[in-house]
Amino acid sequence: MMKKKKTRELLKKIGLYSFLFIGVIISMFPFYWMFIGATNPSGQIFSIPPNLTPGDHFFENLRNLNESVGIWRVMFNSLVITLIFTAVSVFICSAAGYAFAKFDFKGRNAIFFTLLLAIMIPYHVTLIPLFKLMADLEWLNTYRAVILPHLSYPFAIFLMRQNMKAIPDSLIEASRVDGAGEFRIFFRVVLPTMRPALAAVAIFLFMFQWNNFLWPLVVMNSSDMYTLPVALSSLVGMSRIDYGQIMLGTTISTLPIMIFFLLLQKQFISGILGGSVKE
Amino acid sequence: MEQSVKPKKKRKFVTPKTAPYMFIAPAVILFLIFTMYPVISSLILSFQRTSGGVTEFAGLANYQRLFNDPLFYKALGNTFTILIIQVPIMLTLAVILAVFMNSALLKMRGFFRVAFFMPAITALVAYAIIFMILLDENYGIVNYLLNMIGVDSIPWLNDPFWAKVALIIAVTWRWTGYNMVIFLAGLQNISSSLYEAASIDGAGKIRQFFSITLPQLKPIFLFTFVLSTIGTLQLFDEPFILTGGGPNNSTLTISLYLYMNGFRYFDFNYASAIAYVLVIIIAILSWLQMKVVGDKE
Repeated sequence: MMKKKKTRELLKKIGLYSFLFIGVIISMFPFYWMFIGATNPSGQIFSIPPNLTPGDHFFENLRNLNESVGIWRVMFNSLVITLIFTAVSVFICSAAGYAFAKFDFKGRNAIFFTLLLAIMIPYHVTLIPLFKLMADLEWLNTYRAVILPHLSYPFAIFLMRQNMKAIPDSLIEASRVDGAGEFRIFFRVVLPTMRPALAAVAIFLFMFQWNNFLWPLVVMNSSDMYTLPVALSSLVGMSRIDYGQIMLGTTISTLPIMIFFLLLQKQFISGILGGSVKE
Repeated sequence: MEQSVKPKKKRKFVTPKTAPYMFIAPAVILFLIFTMYPVISSLILSFQRTSGGVTEFAGLANYQRLFNDPLFYKALGNTFTILIIQVPIMLTLAVILAVFMNSALLKMRGFFRVAFFMPAITALVAYAIIFMILLDENYGIVNYLLNMIGVDSIPWLNDPFWAKVALIIAVTWRWTGYNMVIFLAGLQNISSSLYEAASIDGAGKIRQFFSITLPQLKPIFLFTFVLSTIGTLQLFDEPFILTGGGPNNSTLTISLYLYMNGFRYFDFNYASAIAYVLVIIIAILSWLQMKVVGDKE
């Protein structure tokens, strides 16, 4: 009887693990394929039978990639835009979230409700007027054209508000009695207690901007102002696609995020899911 | 400290009364300029027509044109086909994966979770490019594997039917793990006493899945369904890279059509009308989904 139960359990385990391992292979293989492609010459990726080992063409691909899109410049653009955007946006959104969570002021509910409604609106609706606005201001092909429009990110404000609600009023009150100014309270008392939420929101915003494609595609049309996704898509449009450099390009856009993800799994998952899953 | 010593000379500007306005000011001002203004402006644009640099009121002309535009219907049809087929497949896969991941027999749960979530951190453009290469008709590794098991090569990106399938496969790869993590969190919130009671009553695992797990996950189904619906209706990066909307417009989505009208043909008025139809569709669908699930409760 015991033995039978044990074999049944073993069979179940084998079934479970093989199902999940097949899933892992499907989920991870494209990444492996990308690394293979990035280190092999262009034609190699299509060789039959497929070549599954890394090659030694990494630097040559890098050189080609730099010749066709100026990869260093493009990386710099993406990095500057994403970092400035994330830092400023986290700050703006948490300040607003704090006000909505901890203050009672005239118009609070109306303003908050309007922001909530905006979460539902697809950003395509703003695409054309925003483009016209940027063109009128002569801001096309500038970092601010990409950074400014989404700094006030309603979803991030909403998340910060939800998290800020947990701060006890007595803590804020006590700081006021001690004579701390409102800004001081926000920076010295409120923000330090919000570290996990700030990390999650920062990751969410970082990923949004790093991967943002449609908007930079529209406002960045000179190739020295391309961001990574836009530069990659321009490679696809070339008449003769060099797959070695294109795979290296996708690797460059993916690898840093992967490393961060492996280091900060929990914050990443809760950040990308927008705080909808709490550990 | 200094403040307690020094007598207050002037009235403070930042008080608990004024502070909240200062805290929301940057967010609200940016929101008004970069969201509110464009949302209203594009509504106005959609009722205008521009020719030869002159803009004039056009009434419903753009919307009339839209409702007689076969390409718009094609885009609408494609988007809904993908929505109706892809979302249920993906959510079913995600639930099954989540149930397996939640099994008491499983070790290394952390490893599996990371592996399944990994696709969700890749840039849409990057993964679309990888799939374009994997699915290449003549040299792609997917067709190579199919040939190995005796299946003929499939024209993934060059046939109207298969191009849609390719798009569905790619999107499913990107988002299944993401949804799985949401379901897994939901599963972990189901009280184990429910299962214990069911076991005592003699209900098997499969029975338990249908009469406990699924009903308990209902709010999460709604949540993921609404998210996926909104996401699919805005599908842009993948068809833009993978197929460019082709072949024969078979993967033309609403967003792609909007982009083409706006930034290839520079017909801002018509593109704005498309954007507003998209808003209305999303609003109706979200409302319907809430209503359907809400009524059953």
